[in-house]
Amino acid sequence: MNRYTFGGDEHLFVECDESMSLEAFFKSLSMTTAIRASKIAGVTEICPANASFQVKFDPDVISPDDMLRAVKAIEQDAEKADPVIGTRIVEIPVFYQDPWTHETLMRFRERHQDPSSTDIEYAARINGLDGVDAFVAAHSGSPWFVSMVGFVAGLPFMYQMVERQRQIEVPKYLRPRTDTPRLTVGHGGCFGCIYSVRGAGGYQMFGITPMPIYDPTQTTSYLRDFMVFFRPGDIVKFKPVRRDEYDVTVADVDAGRFAPRMRDVTFDLREFTKDMDAYNRSLEDKLNDR
Amino acid sequence: MTARVLNPGLSTTVQDLGRPGYFHLGIPIGGAMDNLALRAANLLVGNDEGAAGLEAVFTGPELEFTADALVAVTGADMPIKIDGQEQPSWTALRVKAGQVLSFGFLKAGARIYVAVAGGIDVPEALGSRSTYPIGALGGFKGRPIAKGDELPIGKATLARDGRSLPEPLRRCPAMPAELRVLPGLYWHRIVEGSHRSFFEDTWKVAPEADRMGYRFRGGARLEFVERQQPFGAGSDPSNIVDSCYPYGSIQVPGGTEPIILHRDAVSGGGYFMVGTVVSADMDLIGQLQPNTPTRFVRIDMAAALQARADRAALLNRVREALH
Repeated sequence: MNRYTFGGDEHLFVECDESMSLEAFFKSLSMTTAIRASKIAGVTEICPANASFQVKFDPDVISPDDMLRAVKAIEQDAEKADPVIGTRIVEIPVFYQDPWTHETLMRFRERHQDPSSTDIEYAARINGLDGVDAFVAAHSGSPWFVSMVGFVAGLPFMYQMVERQRQIEVPKYLRPRTDTPRLTVGHGGCFGCIYSVRGAGGYQMFGITPMPIYDPTQTTSYLRDFMVFFRPGDIVKFKPVRRDEYDVTVADVDAGRFAPRMRDVTFDLREFTKDMDAYNRSLEDKLNDR
Repeated sequence: MTARVLNPGLSTTVQDLGRPGYFHLGIPIGGAMDNLALRAANLLVGNDEGAAGLEAVFTGPELEFTADALVAVTGADMPIKIDGQEQPSWTALRVKAGQVLSFGFLKAGARIYVAVAGGIDVPEALGSRSTYPIGALGGFKGRPIAKGDELPIGKATLARDGRSLPEPLRRCPAMPAELRVLPGLYWHRIVEGSHRSFFEDTWKVAPEADRMGYRFRGGARLEFVERQQPFGAGSDPSNIVDSCYPYGSIQVPGGTEPIILHRDAVSGGGYFMVGTVVSADMDLIGQLQPNTPTRFVRIDMAAALQARADRAALLNRVREALH
């Protein structure tokens, strides 16, 4: 059952579950999709999050009580709907242990739980993985759901599509950094993220992608139609790359030659839950036209 | 016509009424923190209420106009000068070509709004001219204005100068400031005693106060209801599974220092929230200086809607006065 609460007189806040799970995320995504489709007069923003969502409304057009009633009615419909979405799977190249996030994490070592190792070494150890290579294999070995886009412009939060006990979990920095390189691939709690812009941050830093995901100038070839790349519900597969391939991709992006590898897919939560590894392999096959 | 920036002030940005519709992608609404003050400034110079003006915090800019202009300055109490001659605030002022608009030291409030007849004519980004500096979006080149910038001014037929908004229609925070709050969101996470202390204590605006959020300190630390932290929430009792953040919501990381998110808010994160400042009082926040004693006043939804109606009525009186 959802928990409903108001954020002042302009927001209805709905918590699908206190805990993170794919089921809770799916409920948030399907309800926000249904609310968008129902075109309730007075609704101005519909924001899905990981296991919750919020609807901003104009109380001069629809009273808070009526807003609550309308969304509760949609909850009943959403529970009957099949947990299936049409979405896309996207390959994101990652240069793990790159020099830029390394320079930054060394600069903020005194704010970290373990000043004597790097973020990725620390994450490998506390997740019971045998060193950095095993960590990279776990991080890039299975896909991730974009469960929320936000914090700042275009930043995706990602949830790993494996059983809970296999999910990577790390604490945030003891005190947030005042700097994070743009396009850092990070992790905090059970969520991965890509920093869309340079700025403050508290997530552990593992690497960097050469692929811009937010471009307010809309000059990046694949961001001409819209400046934000990710949408909630996207599926992400990380691909480890070395320095030479990273440099080539950066040059391709700058020259307008780079196109992210992506394919449209249908995701069925029930099929996924039956055999996650097999389902993930089938998603990956679609990504790679196999 | 342009306004040449001789001195930008501390942080001066182009703002209009904001860009709703993109918060689900992390792009906040933006726009003037003191919405009513910007609307009044625009009405004084004959603009649409939603025209883009300048929002300056703590110190004013110094602007030289290349052609005759009509300007109005509203919001915080800060001496206004044209070629060094002091001028009235909340009043339509004629500035001749080559004259310089400048400001003295701040006396009360925190943000002034400068409207120019014709509006600041920067290109719209996602339907708004508001500046969102973190995303390098909107405004003048996606950033606060800088020395040497030439701000484009839209074409306008200059209305008459000298019109002014009667003093009772100028809204500013009381002393100590009072912000009305609707408890909710994750209010159940703190114990009964903290429910009381949050509203009984007098807080003070911390130095970390900007368009993203206003931090407060000085009240008692909030105590949490004990629980096993949910999966994905993080280990601190103030952590939740990262959720959306409403505008005006009050998060209290670690239970110590409340932060009210404002118009350039981050759209979500992993800190619990005790409730939300009601829409009617959002304008007041942008006028609070650091160290301002502040009290949170508990109200219910009916009172929040009444406060909203009162603010709308005030705006209508402003419109009638400047018709």
